[in-house]
Amino acid sequence: MTSIVAQAQAVAVDGPSRRTLRTRLARRWWPYLLLAPSLVFLAAFTYWPIGRVLWDSFYDKVHGEHTTRFVGFGNYVELFKDEAFRQSVLNNIVYAIGTVPLSMALALLFALALQRSGRLNAVMRALLLFPSMIPLVAAASLFFFIFLPGVGLFDYYLGKFGLPVVNWVGDPDVALWSLIGITVWKNAGYYMLFYLAGLQTLPSEVLEAATIDGANGWQRLRHVVVPLLAPTTSFVLVIALINVLTQVDHVIVLTHGGPANSTKLVLYYIFEQAHENFAYGRAAAASVVSVSVLLALSIFSLKTMERGAHAAS
Amino acid sequence: MRPLKRTSLIVGGLMLVTVFLWSTPFIWTLVASFRPDSGGGIDMASLWPDYKPTWANFAEAFESGDFAVYYLNTAIVAFGILVVQIVTISLAGYAFARLSFPGRDFIFYVFLLQLMLVPPILIVPNLSMIVDLGLYDTLLGVMLPYFASAFGTFLMRQTFRQIPRDFEEAATIDGAHWWQVLWHVLLPMAKPGLVAFSLVSLMAHWNEFLWPLMVLNDPSNQTLTVGLAAFSMGTEGGKEWGLLAAGTLLVMFPLLALFAVFQRQFVNSFMFSGLKG
Repeated sequence: MTSIVAQAQAVAVDGPSRRTLRTRLARRWWPYLLLAPSLVFLAAFTYWPIGRVLWDSFYDKVHGEHTTRFVGFGNYVELFKDEAFRQSVLNNIVYAIGTVPLSMALALLFALALQRSGRLNAVMRALLLFPSMIPLVAAASLFFFIFLPGVGLFDYYLGKFGLPVVNWVGDPDVALWSLIGITVWKNAGYYMLFYLAGLQTLPSEVLEAATIDGANGWQRLRHVVVPLLAPTTSFVLVIALINVLTQVDHVIVLTHGGPANSTKLVLYYIFEQAHENFAYGRAAAASVVSVSVLLALSIFSLKTMERGAHAAS
Repeated sequence: MRPLKRTSLIVGGLMLVTVFLWSTPFIWTLVASFRPDSGGGIDMASLWPDYKPTWANFAEAFESGDFAVYYLNTAIVAFGILVVQIVTISLAGYAFARLSFPGRDFIFYVFLLQLMLVPPILIVPNLSMIVDLGLYDTLLGVMLPYFASAFGTFLMRQTFRQIPRDFEEAATIDGAHWWQVLWHVLLPMAKPGLVAFSLVSLMAHWNEFLWPLMVLNDPSNQTLTVGLAAFSMGTEGGKEWGLLAAGTLLVMFPLLALFAVFQRQFVNSFMFSGLKG
């Protein structure tokens, strides 16, 4: 900084080289000028909010007034005391365990079954991909009807097979699993794309060698294909985990976190505290917890992606 | 050879059944949306179109749901974000791809981190920001947080890097300024990257729900997803399932049409977008 100022003063004294110096100065600064528009918005809507939410999480609104007061870790203490929040963390864990392995396994199976080119396979791939292209809200609206007790698509057809009527989103023991079902339906086709791409990079000699050595289909899958796809798997895993933390549209449309908090996910809890209960301090504390988990996840994923990049090169 | 063939037949058959089951929600939507009003009867769930198709449900959706306004608002948001993003990501991508300056790697990591810190997680402080800026209940408020895109910057950087420098050098020797080089040489050659990014960006913001739900308040400002949610929660008692199916189809249609046209690019850009979720 000082050297630039010094140079600028030198320019003022030193007439003839003014032009070249000015272009040199411009050249030094204009990379930052090109980045400035992006950096301004990144700062305003990613980095500043992180600081702000951290700050807000230590303050609480005073009842009946517009001021806030410092409460230290009070919001966090209240947060972890709140039965609904603890339930939402637990729900999120169940939701992750229910959606992530199942959708990834289906994605791999779909990719293996449809990897060969051909018109029929292309159509089937597109149909499996469709759910991931529509808004989660639209999916939720459709399932609103599908899950409808008695007349909905599920009960209508399951009833024809003599299966009992289930209250898919009204029964606290079932509702979270219904949401898990929607998520798997929506995401499996998307993750399939990554496995299709991963399968294309597999060296065919290795598979041929395994076949010649007498490995059957299952052994080839278990000992050759799955290990070679490890970089793809860790990449998809990160995406799937981010989705688990950041997608709650179906909760808002279908269940509002109910019945009896059984489908309340953490982000829905945050939304509810901020948007409906106006408990900003607590919403901020819950956001900080979420962001920390996401940051831990991103450090982990940057590492795995670096490894994936090394494996690819 | 024979057992192999039999296995592939079994796999093929299983996949056909699976894909059919996977598609039933779509088949139902299509069938139900053209079904004449049956008063919420038991056969609403039937996947078989045993009726004379009608446009009545669509007409009603447009009248009762204000879908025309929602379409317009969603288009303004999705395309508005895209236009600004193309400017910001082209400039930043160019800087990262072609210029060397102190702190470049550090700033690049600052960008990369945003790939993970997806906006939904920051809805609470971002909403405070929008309120402070006086943009609550405006479409601009919905758009503003997305004007910078780490993913887009990353994509443009990769795209620019793959273009040989000879073209720019020739243009520079001819006396072109950097913005002329960017506009006339680099951007036209970066078209595949731009198309890929545009598809991802349009789809992400067409589909977005939680953020517009928080920022928008006035019914005339709603986007399609927010409108559809209100619509489907409203039909709960009314049993207007044909109407709901038509409304859902209206929301999905532009995306499915876009997919039909740009299938290959879609698949490619979809893969790129992984990190954006």
